[in-house]
Amino acid sequence: MTATAPADARHPGHDPHVLGRHGGGHPPPAPGSDGGPASKRIIVGYGFWLFLLSDIIMFSAIFAAYAVLQGATAGGPDGRRLFSLSNAAIETGCLLLSSFTCGLASIAATAKNQLWTQIALLVTGLLGFAFLSLELHEFADMVAKGAGPQRSAFLSAFFALVGCHGLHVSVGLLWLGTMMAQFYAKGFRADILRRMLCFSLFWHALDIIWVAILTIVYLMGAGR
Amino acid sequence: MSEPAHHPHDDTAPGDDHEVDVAAGVRGYLIGLAIAALLTVASFWAVGTHLIWGPGVGVALAVLAIAQMGVHLVFFLHITTGPDNTNNTLALAFGVLIVALVVGGSLWIMANLNHNMLPMPQMTDLHTQR
Repeated sequence: MTATAPADARHPGHDPHVLGRHGGGHPPPAPGSDGGPASKRIIVGYGFWLFLLSDIIMFSAIFAAYAVLQGATAGGPDGRRLFSLSNAAIETGCLLLSSFTCGLASIAATAKNQLWTQIALLVTGLLGFAFLSLELHEFADMVAKGAGPQRSAFLSAFFALVGCHGLHVSVGLLWLGTMMAQFYAKGFRADILRRMLCFSLFWHALDIIWVAILTIVYLMGAGR
Repeated sequence: MSEPAHHPHDDTAPGDDHEVDVAAGVRGYLIGLAIAALLTVASFWAVGTHLIWGPGVGVALAVLAIAQMGVHLVFFLHITTGPDNTNNTLALAFGVLIVALVVGGSLWIMANLNHNMLPMPQMTDLHTQR
């Protein structure tokens, strides 16, 4: 990022959508100037958005495997016998509320309010932890009933898909704890706020993936 | 969502909403939470009800799920259609295209394979869908 580069060497054209037309990170340039490179915050957010999209594409491959193998129960139990809709409903509530409190945390962090940032992050983490323990409990229950991942292709796909999402949530929880510690120890520095931006994007994206899992795996599987 | 007046066309990072007003920001998340909760309840209702014609339930669920993803994108991730968001939206559109190709293509080709497979007793169990 050579922020001091002359502006006219960067974007000679008049593309209104090019990144950083107004040289974001610096005070707004005078009207009519065509700016420099985008601010670091915009670059970081955009890069992380691209990562999230590629993560979603990876999930789409697992979703495709699940959709193809949904009926391949090899004589074993199918979704209607295994899934509990009430459990899925509680899990959904936990994740949706944690997405909401994560949003509140990023507002509080933007407002540089240490107390509310920590409280909102803590609630987010507790809700995420509740989700994770419900999911692990469900997995343990299924394995105990002899419906582990090696029982049928359907169950392999199920554990791969839902387990991969659960793994993402676990990583998110670790990240969340790190964010709380960093806000506490380092305050609301610009680089910490950028990490918070990425974390909230990550957490919201996990909720979007959960909507797809809830619909395709639980609602369509148990309610059919 | 409103930008400073002197800065009308700067880019926005995904997740950024340019809110300095805490109340307005919280209100945005509350609206998103309310709509998302409503759509979730509607999904669970659609599964349990007998008001919807059986084969139509899947379509209803798919529509509700896509609507909810849209709500999440707009209210939580702050992806909008504004000129400051074009890069984010274009990346999203490309991602959606790839997802549709992967999922749709897999289902299509596997359904074809199943359809054309010779009936073999020990194989039907593995590959028959529903």
